[in-house]
Amino acid sequence: MTSRAISTKGLCRQFGAVHALEDLTLEIPRGIIFGFLGPNGSGKTTTIRLLLGLLDPTSGSAEVLGYDTRTNAAAIRERSGVLLEHCGLYERLTAEDNLDLFGRFWRIAPAARRARTRELLTNLELWDRRDQIVAGWSRGMKQKLAIARALLHRPELVFLDEPTAGLDPVAAVALRDHLSRLSASEGVTIFLTTHNLAEAERLCALVGVVSNGQLLAVAPPAQLGARRGGTRIEITGSGLTDPMLAMLNALGGVTAARADGRCLIVDLRAVADVPSVVAALVSAGFQIESVQNGSGSLEDVFHALVEAQP
Amino acid sequence: MTDAVAVARKEWLELLGTPGWQGKQGIILFVLAFGVVLPLMNGPTWITSPTIAITWSWVPMFLVATVISDAFAGERERHTLETLLATRLSDSAILFGKIGAAIAYSGAVTAVSLILGVVTVNLAHRQDGLVLYSLGVVTLICLLGLLGALLVAAIGVLISLRSATVRQAQQTLSGAIVVLAAGPILLVRFLPAGWQHRLASSGLSGEQVALLGMTLLVAIDAGALTMVRARFRRGRLIAV
Ligand SMILES: Nc1ncnc2c1ncn2[C@@H]1O[C@H](COP(=O)(O)OP(=O)(O)OP(=O)(O)O)[C@@H](O)[C@H]1O
Ligand SMILES: [Mg+2]
Repeated sequence: MTSRAISTKGLCRQFGAVHALEDLTLEIPRGIIFGFLGPNGSGKTTTIRLLLGLLDPTSGSAEVLGYDTRTNAAAIRERSGVLLEHCGLYERLTAEDNLDLFGRFWRIAPAARRARTRELLTNLELWDRRDQIVAGWSRGMKQKLAIARALLHRPELVFLDEPTAGLDPVAAVALRDHLSRLSASEGVTIFLTTHNLAEAERLCALVGVVSNGQLLAVAPPAQLGARRGGTRIEITGSGLTDPMLAMLNALGGVTAARADGRCLIVDLRAVADVPSVVAALVSAGFQIESVQNGSGSLEDVFHALVEAQP
Repeated sequence: MTDAVAVARKEWLELLGTPGWQGKQGIILFVLAFGVVLPLMNGPTWITSPTIAITWSWVPMFLVATVISDAFAGERERHTLETLLATRLSDSAILFGKIGAAIAYSGAVTAVSLILGVVTVNLAHRQDGLVLYSLGVVTLICLLGLLGALLVAAIGVLISLRSATVRQAQQTLSGAIVVLAAGPILLVRFLPAGWQHRLASSGLSGEQVALLGMTLLVAIDAGALTMVRARFRRGRLIAV
């Protein structure tokens, strides 16, 4: 057994003139949650399709769980669970029938199939709705069912294309917990895509950032946030005026300051600049209620990474 | 095989699984027309006429045509195709599961209509005593029906593989079936006079012609299925 769950070398895929993915070289160890971050159209879904052998690469190669995607994709699919771009549920059928169907596809014995279905639907709070036709469900409920389907056969590797899209915050947190546990306790490798850096930060041991089909960085999320350079703080309070904002923007150590409702978002060169900003605001008459570390948005990381490109 | 059955079962569930009558009116109307109305209109000849086998052998083809367009184009349209292709199921299991489901469906509806026809005629004409299809007719219907259904299924899957929507697949398949039906007739019609003469004077009996036709159909079916198997490429199904 190789120690790498996924390993790609110069993987490329073109659609006509569009370079959906360019020269992806990536190594993902087993048993971790890997986050693939990128804006719309950056090649995340294309990468998943290539790794599952659902698309042939234009050039380059990839090994998943030790199997080549060109010659042995069936072995990869046998050991993987997926939630793709579309949840792929049979909407004319009930939730239980959907899982039962896939249980049969994976040749799970009837009793085990029923038990696993019950376990997953209960965990995801869908058990009471098991007899309902899926067509009438909300997007988030369908998403949860599709995740249950991906985990049904206890795969070694799970691909999740934007798993928390459409989930309410409570459900998103619950799902993240579930995925963390799965990875920690059962050693399952999870490859997920997201637009959300905060999600990647909370969940992933390793993050890859793609833009326009190019891999810009691979690093643990903490390091990735640091690449933005500087720190961000979020200050809430009352009495903010335009002159105050102008004053902040002119202050040494501040790279950018803007208001977002009652919240003031200030980007600084260094943590050491925080006291001077707070002092300046207080003396200008701003009534501070709280000062917090701001999480860098994906956009910022992108800008930093793209600007750093040669 | 187990996997193909699992796929076929899924197709059946999707086709018939929804509770209630919704979406099943077509099948019911069909069974009523071929199992009750037509037998009542024709009386015992509906069962005893020797040409009845020819009429019936078209029925499974027609029934397959109504469902096969959905095989891949439908899954593509409803965004379930990719997830299905991402399972452990082999290409053959998916392909033959889908073809098998369509054939089984057409066979079942045909059988129900045939049986209902016998019941109807015998109930309506009780005084004439029991009438049944002859063994030869039943065999012919089964064989011709199966071979025709297989051919339409193969062509339908080929078209469905390449179509973006069910509607598009259905339109193309309708065209293909018209060509399929008109082709042999035109062929015989425009056959050089010498050949036509030779055919007419060859002294072949009806059975021999049927046997010849069926052998030809078997060969065409085998060719069509081989072609479908070759054209089914997982890596090409998503990027249409
Ligand atoms: N089947 C296809 N045919 C043609 N072009 C495609 C196809 N699939 C993807 N592309 C193109 O490849 C590029 C990458 O697409 P991809 O779906 O991988 O992006 P993504 O990162 O998943 O985006 P999103 O966040 O919107 O899901 C896009 O420019 C897209 O238009
Ligand atoms: Mg995508």
